[in-house]
Amino acid sequence: MTVADAAGRAGSRRGLALGGVAIVWIVLAFVLNGRQTLAVARSDLSDFQRWVNGVNEDLGTDRGGNAVLRVLDGLSSALGSVVSTLQGWFSDAPAGRPVPEVGWLGVVAIAVLVVWAVAGWRWGVLTVLVFGAFGTFGYWEESIDTLLVTFLAVLITLVLGIPLGLWMGISPRVTTVVTPVLDVLQTMPSFVYLLPITLAFGIGAAPAVIVTAIYAFAPVVRVTAEGIRSVDPGVLEASESVGTTTRQRLLGVQLPMARRTILVGVNQTIMAALSMVTIAAFINSPGLGVPVITALQSLDVGTAFTAGVLIAIMAIWLDRVTTQAGERTGLVRSPSRTRRRRAGLVGGAVAAGVAVYYSRLYLDLAAFPERPDLGSPVRDGAQAVADWVSDHGSVVTRPVTEAFTYGLLNPFQALLADSPWWLTAGALVAIGALVGGWRSGVTSVACVAIILAVGIWHEAMVTLASAFVGASITILLALVVGVWMANNHRVDLVVRPVLDTAQTIPPFVYLVPALALFGTTRFTAIVAAVVYAAPVAIKLVCDGVRGVAPTTVEAATAAGSSRWQLITKVQLPMARSSVALAANQGLLYVFSVVVIGGLVGGVGLGYLVVAGFSQTELFGKGLAAGIAITALAIMFDRMTQGWVRRTSPTNQVVG
Amino acid sequence: MKSSVRRVGLLAALTASAALVLSACGGGDIDSSSGSGGDCKETVNMAINPWVGFEASAHVVGRVIEQKLGCKVDYKNLKEEVAWQGFGKDVDVIIEDWGHPDLEKKYVKSANPTAVDLGENGNVGQIGWFVPPWMAKKYPDITDWKNLNKYADLFKTSESGGKGQLLDGDPSFVTNDEALVKNNKLDYKVVYAGSEAALITAFRQAEKNKKPLLGYFYEPQWFLSEVELVKVDLPKYTPGCDADAEKITCDYPETKLKKFVAKKFADSDSDAFKVVKNFSWTNDDQNLVAKYIAEDKMSADEAADKWIKANQDKIKAWLP
Repeated sequence: MTVADAAGRAGSRRGLALGGVAIVWIVLAFVLNGRQTLAVARSDLSDFQRWVNGVNEDLGTDRGGNAVLRVLDGLSSALGSVVSTLQGWFSDAPAGRPVPEVGWLGVVAIAVLVVWAVAGWRWGVLTVLVFGAFGTFGYWEESIDTLLVTFLAVLITLVLGIPLGLWMGISPRVTTVVTPVLDVLQTMPSFVYLLPITLAFGIGAAPAVIVTAIYAFAPVVRVTAEGIRSVDPGVLEASESVGTTTRQRLLGVQLPMARRTILVGVNQTIMAALSMVTIAAFINSPGLGVPVITALQSLDVGTAFTAGVLIAIMAIWLDRVTTQAGERTGLVRSPSRTRRRRAGLVGGAVAAGVAVYYSRLYLDLAAFPERPDLGSPVRDGAQAVADWVSDHGSVVTRPVTEAFTYGLLNPFQALLADSPWWLTAGALVAIGALVGGWRSGVTSVACVAIILAVGIWHEAMVTLASAFVGASITILLALVVGVWMANNHRVDLVVRPVLDTAQTIPPFVYLVPALALFGTTRFTAIVAAVVYAAPVAIKLVCDGVRGVAPTTVEAATAAGSSRWQLITKVQLPMARSSVALAANQGLLYVFSVVVIGGLVGGVGLGYLVVAGFSQTELFGKGLAAGIAITALAIMFDRMTQGWVRRTSPTNQVVG
Repeated sequence: MKSSVRRVGLLAALTASAALVLSACGGGDIDSSSGSGGDCKETVNMAINPWVGFEASAHVVGRVIEQKLGCKVDYKNLKEEVAWQGFGKDVDVIIEDWGHPDLEKKYVKSANPTAVDLGENGNVGQIGWFVPPWMAKKYPDITDWKNLNKYADLFKTSESGGKGQLLDGDPSFVTNDEALVKNNKLDYKVVYAGSEAALITAFRQAEKNKKPLLGYFYEPQWFLSEVELVKVDLPKYTPGCDADAEKITCDYPETKLKKFVAKKFADSDSDAFKVVKNFSWTNDDQNLVAKYIAEDKMSADEAADKWIKANQDKIKAWLP
């Protein structure tokens, strides 16, 4: 018996067991429907939630007298003055001046110079276009503010995160302690800690920087640690044999060798920080989030889109530039090219200096000109498209929503949420163990216990039903579009920018059209989640399929496989671990927008988190809901990671 | 490795030279005197809670303070809870409050208060249940709550679990709807839309496509000038009928909207404070400015200026 046979047999046994669990679950759910579901009214609080409310109340009342809060106050004033100084230089006129210290021409020149230095001149040219869009769309000041807040948050994240990542990279014990903390930081909805943060740091730019830094912290730590761990053991042994200390090895060998990976972490951190722009606007952060949110109050989709698309442009630009910077590290140039490059940069610096000087001299070069005005046509165009889609699309979308909700979502939700709690809990743990292995089973037990302990079981299961359906659609889309993109270069060219935009534009922008199309329903929440989560999953599947060795594909084609056979029998099975990874990321992304879903009729946990942010009596319940989202996300993360591990190429014997 | 060290050095040199340019040619290149009247030195921090009517009131008061007194006004976009928390530090004025007994207890009536109650701002809020106008025309008796059960089937949706749907809005809104449904034995389920935007979109679509909808709404609200929703009468409000939140059966009372300011701001007794204290206007006034913002797409300041220009007599009464 070969190893592959054994694996196959174990797989089919697992499949049988899963089927068994499903049948028992469904039969019992049918019999016991509506009993012991732990459903509670909105205003009913559990002991835990009451206790949290009490703590929150005490902190609020005691505000002036609390020494810790006073220290944090000082910290926030310091951070606040850094932000306002930077704003005085680049975006917002300081006292006594009608315009910022450096006018738009100077800002553009500095940005181009920096991008040129780290990523090459082509990207410098692109930078001119990007900053041109900031100004001509009419959001110059807001765009620069967003860049400043993001820059500071990322700076704090890197200063604290890279050392921690290094430590994690060399110490398994630190990894064990820090990993769950990172999990929580990454999955806990930020609405949950907005109120405590404002309590500690006040409102405005300072707490916005901190909230952003908290959310963006995990990726850089994780990726740094990964980079350190993945340094070739042979190199390490070699350096050990010449008698280096751990510290020397870390700083002299591992860190430089992991530099490229760490830059990937920096890139991910910047992306995470930019996804907080609209959330930060809820606590009065300056920047592009403000027009997005205020436009939503009057359902002004056009304005929200114009500001939102700038966030997307900024994100895509920063993504490309940092990726490029990462790829250029360690690039060896010929001496003559280095000399030319240096001369060019010095020339550029002088030019930038001149630009800064003139931007301080002439008002036209300081305040961004009002013409050409591209903002109005973009706004009107987006509004017209949104109106047309809302008016004409609902003929199709309403029946789809109903069919989908009655046919799939309601029965599935009944199974999860209207069964006795012990039945659903048992089924979840069993599935966790079967799909992800015994360790994932243990995690499932812990997560289920936490959700029960904070007293929010029924709502959590309502949310899980929607999230699972959303994730399923995401994976289906990823398989179809991802495979299509991988096999057709032209499709890739067209689809990829759409994916980039969908992934980076704040969901607030498309909530109103989605509501018009699908109504205030759970399905709207699912649609919003899919729009956000599908791009990542699609890209992962596409990359995985593309990574299948060309020789294998050629061999299969030569052996007479049809297109369909090639995809189903060769490409997808060989890209299995990418598919599993896509499922993992898809699920996590869906969970991360549960709160947004709460704003459009998603009910369940998302709604409660928003409610907790809005009403004192519900603060505890909101926190409980946030904890439940985290628990669900971690449970499914471990489950799918177990699956990824099982399917990863190193465990496979291809026969 | 070596080349990258050089590169960092180069970058540092570039930054340094840029900074040099910045400092060498010191301020004063562009005319520094900005042109605002008055000799007011203070900055007034005005909270903006997330609805258009609030924005209208805040910017009208803000523009008066800026134009007539020459003070600077900073607007802070915040939800109610956070805005209250900001009193004494980042927030001076909340110009429209719909009643938060819990927050008043914590910030106004506490031993160490940070906020002061400035009384009514002239606007009267009315919460209630509403239907789109086409429904009131087609089913004239639907505006009496006693007939709601008769029509419950019309309001069924995929979200309401076989009952009629009563759509509620943003979680921060004051609502008794779950108790009202239960205590009046209505065959309805409260479904939470989750945001004001969702609620308005639902009503807009319901009127446009002639689809049934029963939902929580309120005035003053700019959307009522676009679609004139019709109120459904619940059992009449009498003082005290809402004392026990669990057993409530009656309609929502009229809410006199109020102004709150930071204690520090009130104690300063500045001219800006006096304008806030004297400010009062009607629902029609606010609806007009809100309409300028929401439908005519003016900026809040433009909308405020337009109204101020046309209502100089009202402004006069607010000035110290």
